Amino acid sequence: MIRLTTPLGDEVLDLRAGDRVLLSGTIYTARDEAHLKIREKGFPFDPKGAVIYHCGPVIDEAQNKVVAAGPTTSARMNNLTKFMLDAGIRGLIGKGGMSAKVREELRGRAVYFAFTGGCAALAASCMELAGCHYSELGMAEGIWEIILTDLPVVVGIDAHGGDLFER
Amino acid sequence: MDPLYNRLASAVEEAIHQAETILPPDVEEALHTAYNKETNPTARGEFENIFANLQIAREKNIPICQDTGILVIYLTIPETVPLTTKLYDAVSEGIRRATKSVPLRPNAVHPLTRKNSGDNTGAGIPAVHILPGDTLQVTVFPKGAGSENMSQIRMMLPSEISKIPEFVTSVVKDAGSRPCPPIVVGVGIGGTFDSAASFAKEALLSPINSMTSFEQEICDSINQLGIGVMGLGGDTTCLAVKVKEGACHTASLPVAVNIQCWCSRRGVVEVKL
Repeated sequence: MIRLTTPLGDEVLDLRAGDRVLLSGTIYTARDEAHLKIREKGFPFDPKGAVIYHCGPVIDEAQNKVVAAGPTTSARMNNLTKFMLDAGIRGLIGKGGMSAKVREELRGRAVYFAFTGGCAALAASCMELAGCHYSELGMAEGIWEIILTDLPVVVGIDAHGGDLFER
Repeated sequence: MDPLYNRLASAVEEAIHQAETILPPDVEEALHTAYNKETNPTARGEFENIFANLQIAREKNIPICQDTGILVIYLTIPETVPLTTKLYDAVSEGIRRATKSVPLRPNAVHPLTRKNSGDNTGAGIPAVHILPGDTLQVTVFPKGAGSENMSQIRMMLPSEISKIPEFVTSVVKDAGSRPCPPIVVGVGIGGTFDSAASFAKEALLSPINSMTSFEQEICDSINQLGIGVMGLGGDTTCLAVKVKEGACHTASLPVAVNIQCWCSRRGVVEVKL
C-alpha cells in the first residue's frame, strides 16, 4: 500500500492503474455546480497540487462534522475537468471512472483515484471538516475543505493512459 | 394524531433507520460469498472497503451511503385498519421524522423546477403500496438514484421469450460502473407497462440467497461481462437476479429491469394494533 499526502507533486507520475493508495491531507469536494462556479469565479483555494473529490456529503453543520461522504458519479464532470487540470490539480477522487478525453487530459500530470461507491461511513471516518467555500451552493453542491487521514483508494486512471475502467 | 397512526409513523421512522444503517443478512452474506470467490486483487480491495463501511455504519449508527434514496413503502393492513388518507399521512410523517433523526439527505425535488421539499416527501411520493394482511406491517425500501437511473423497460414480442436474458444482460452492460456494482437485478415479466415495473421492484424485496435456474442463467450471463465491483473489473458484477412474473395480454411481453446497487437496503417493522 502506497501512502501519499496532499498537495501532490511529481510522485503521481510513479503511480500505475491498480495501485492501492492511502491518501491523507487536504482535499476539496466539488460536483457539477462547484465546477461551473470555479470556472466562472476562480478557485477559492490554491489549485497547485490539490485534489478534488467528486462528492456531495451529508454534513452536520451544528457539530461541524462530516456524517456521510461517499463518491458521486465522476462521468458527469467529464467536460468540466480540463480547466481544473490546467490550473494545477494533480488528483481527482470519484466513482465509475471518466471519459477517454479525460484520460488523455490526465496524461503526464495527474491521476484519477477510485473510491468505493456507497462507502459513505468509511469515508466520513477518515475525515475532519476544515471549511466551506461557495457555501451558497448548498450542502451537496458547495465546496467542502476536508482533511483526510488514510482514505483507501485505488488508482483508476494513471498519468500514462492506464485505465482500469476501459474494457 | 390518533395513537394508532402515531405508532405507524414511529414504525415507518424505525424501519427507515434500520434500512439505512444495517444491511439485511442475506445481502451481507451474498457480498461475503462473492468476496470469497473473487480473484481480482482490485475487486478484493473494494469488497474490503464495503465490509469496513458496513461495520462503521452499524457501530456509529449512521447511514451506509450518503444517497439515502427515495423511500418506497409497502404496507400490509388487516381488516380492522380502515384504508383512509390518515394512513398515508402517517407514513409521510414517519419519513419527515426520519429525515431529521437518522439523518437522511433531503432528496425529493419537484421534477421540473427541481425545488427541494427538504423533508423527502412531495406530490405523489412516497409511493405507498398496500396489500391486505394479518398484521399491520411496514416495509421500507430506500432506492438510490445511481442504480434507479440505469433501469429500463421494453415491450417485447411474445415470440421473443428466449431473448429475455439477452435484454436483461444488455441493460446491465449499458449501465457499466454507474449503478455501483455488484448489483442485484429485479426483473418484472408480464402484466402491463406499469405493472411490469412494479413486479421488477417487488422482486428486489425478496431474499437474494436463492435463485431459480432461470435467474441463475441470467446472473451467470451478467457476470461474464467482467464489469466487476465498482466497474474496476473482476468476477462478480451481479450478486443475484430476482424475477417476478404476472399474467399478460396474449399479444404482449412487457419486461422491466430494475437495478439495485450493492447496498440493497430494506427495513421491516410490525405495528402493534
